[in-house]
Amino acid sequence: MQPTIPASAAPPTLQVRNLQTKFFTRAGVVPAVNDVSFTVSRGKVLGLVGESGSGKTVTGFSIMRLVDDPGRITGGEILFNGQDLVKSSEDEMRQLRGNRIAMIFQDPMMTLNPVLRIDTQMIETMQAHTNISREAARQRARDTLGMVGIPSPDERLMAYPHQFSGGMRQRVAIAIALLHEPELIVADEPTTALDVTIQGQILAEVQKLAANTGTSIIWITHDLSVVAGLADDIAVMYAGEIAEYGAVADVLDHPLHPYTNGLLGSVPSRNKRGEPLRQIPGTTPSLLRLPPGCPFQTRCPRAADVCRQPPPMAEILPAHEARCFRPHLENAGVAA
Amino acid sequence: MSETMNAPAPVAAGKREKMIEVVGVSRRFAKRLDFAGKLAAKLGAPIREEVVHAVDKVDLTIHRGEVVGLVGESGCGKSTLGRMVAGILPPSDGSILWKGQDRTGLHGKEARAATLQAQMIFQDPMSSLNPRLKVAEIIGEAPLFHGLTKRSEFGAYVDEQMRRAGLDPSYKSRYPHQFSGGQRQRIGIARALAVQPEFLVCDESVAALDVSIQAQILNLFMKLRRELNLTYLFISHDLGVVEHLSDRVVIMYLGRVVEEAPTETVFARANHPYTQSLLGAVPRIEARKKAFVTVQGEIPSPLNPPAGCHFHPRCPHAFDRCRVEVPALKEVAPGHKSRCHLNDLPNHGGQPV
Repeated sequence: MQPTIPASAAPPTLQVRNLQTKFFTRAGVVPAVNDVSFTVSRGKVLGLVGESGSGKTVTGFSIMRLVDDPGRITGGEILFNGQDLVKSSEDEMRQLRGNRIAMIFQDPMMTLNPVLRIDTQMIETMQAHTNISREAARQRARDTLGMVGIPSPDERLMAYPHQFSGGMRQRVAIAIALLHEPELIVADEPTTALDVTIQGQILAEVQKLAANTGTSIIWITHDLSVVAGLADDIAVMYAGEIAEYGAVADVLDHPLHPYTNGLLGSVPSRNKRGEPLRQIPGTTPSLLRLPPGCPFQTRCPRAADVCRQPPPMAEILPAHEARCFRPHLENAGVAA
Repeated sequence: MSETMNAPAPVAAGKREKMIEVVGVSRRFAKRLDFAGKLAAKLGAPIREEVVHAVDKVDLTIHRGEVVGLVGESGCGKSTLGRMVAGILPPSDGSILWKGQDRTGLHGKEARAATLQAQMIFQDPMSSLNPRLKVAEIIGEAPLFHGLTKRSEFGAYVDEQMRRAGLDPSYKSRYPHQFSGGQRQRIGIARALAVQPEFLVCDESVAALDVSIQAQILNLFMKLRRELNLTYLFISHDLGVVEHLSDRVVIMYLGRVVEEAPTETVFARANHPYTQSLLGAVPRIEARKKAFVTVQGEIPSPLNPPAGCHFHPRCPHAFDRCRVEVPALKEVAPGHKSRCHLNDLPNHGGQPV
């Protein structure tokens, strides 16, 4: 247990500053992550929300330093407890990954080896990072499986991944991520492929974990309603940039960016039954052919001449940032 | 068409024309034994054919102009039922009546007409569109074959179908891979509507789409319903989408219908414990740091379903009777059916548990 430090003095677990990740493809340079900044404090959950192609997964992979060629982190800092991961060597990263920073993928089979028993995989993971006896590692593996709600963990340790259902497999992947009590978990759409009842079970476990162990979590998803109940803060991504960033209640109740506003408006439960849903016209632009200025301007109902300039990320309301020249101030009850 | 109906009028359900009637329909899938298996079984090995009861004695009526939402978790049989209703999969037992006539009894022209009038829209538009055909061919092939358009009017006919689905007709000589996910789904919709159906089965048709695109497609479905007086069976696991679109909701669990009611009733007064736990598990955007509470356990294997009520191993209210006796789907209020023994207990009387 750490001594109680005043909240302001405790350094945040993760601070991402002006991160840029680009893919140098034959068709051109794709700015997949552009000037992304956010902070995750100890025991907090950040929801990173966006549609497909918005750069949310590449952001997660950049933090893990798992971006492969032709992609490259081209700028910015990723401060993990003060250490800049962008400048860390591959060896240092290998020591962090799976140990102090863990990732959970959408498809648990990206974590699991199909031809090894669960116990082998879990014990191997532990012995790779700590000097722990096989028996102690086994004990820890059993406890962790129990913690994520897997019944009869002793038997399940002896099983192969294909003998688990999709929901159980995802729990095993989460258990492996938790083995070393990491300080940060990057979870990339881990419940998207699961049924709602199973998703509910996993969200409940994750919530308990963040509260009990002080683990910080980045929860990447396309589903605003999942992070509404789970996260403390939300960052909404569009075309590689963070469009809006703030506390859950601020972003979801008083969205400032027209994109967030449109997304929230198109959620069926926010519309009157049977009436046309409010929709955002058009589709996400290709990152290879972004319009100059605000990437959302072609779909934005509030777009004006000024939007042809790139809008800066600005703290429009206290602790509530948006990248927009013409934000929905009226949503927050402020006269424009 | 012999009779013309106006937009879905709020007529009492019993008086409305029945479009599709599903009567006691079951569908089993058997895993046949290979030669070695047969031989081993002959010699006394404990090997038997495995049979999955994907759909188990389902009754369902869909009236003209209605949107029925079919909800359930993966493996509950909702897609199998949808395929049978659309006429692309024959049932093992029971019958499916199309406007009062058994579809299997129809022949020739009538059979073809019945098949054409029920069309299906799939989840993954990429795997349901032929990647080697141009959009115009994908959309126009069936109507041309069935004589709904002539070679000379083909271009104009395809243009009209594309415009109706919100596609720019100038894209008609492109291939499916040149479109985005939402546009591909529009191609699937245009193809289904090109043969002028009256009834659409949408199987998770918006599940693969981004939220902003999903809203566009849902709006298109609603617009087409008004314009063409379409009837829908809308299959989805997303209760929010079903709530928005449907007039009536049917909930399935492990091959059986467990609850059926008008949409408002299901969301306000769900009767079956499974429906209640399903509703409780739906993430809501209004929720803030809520404690997720949800039903324990997972859907059991349909190869070896639990005896009695299929839901009893996960049900918080299960009692002895649930473990042995299959509950019947009974009316608990007008138009509201539920398959639960709790409703027979004196102090429940159709009230939510």
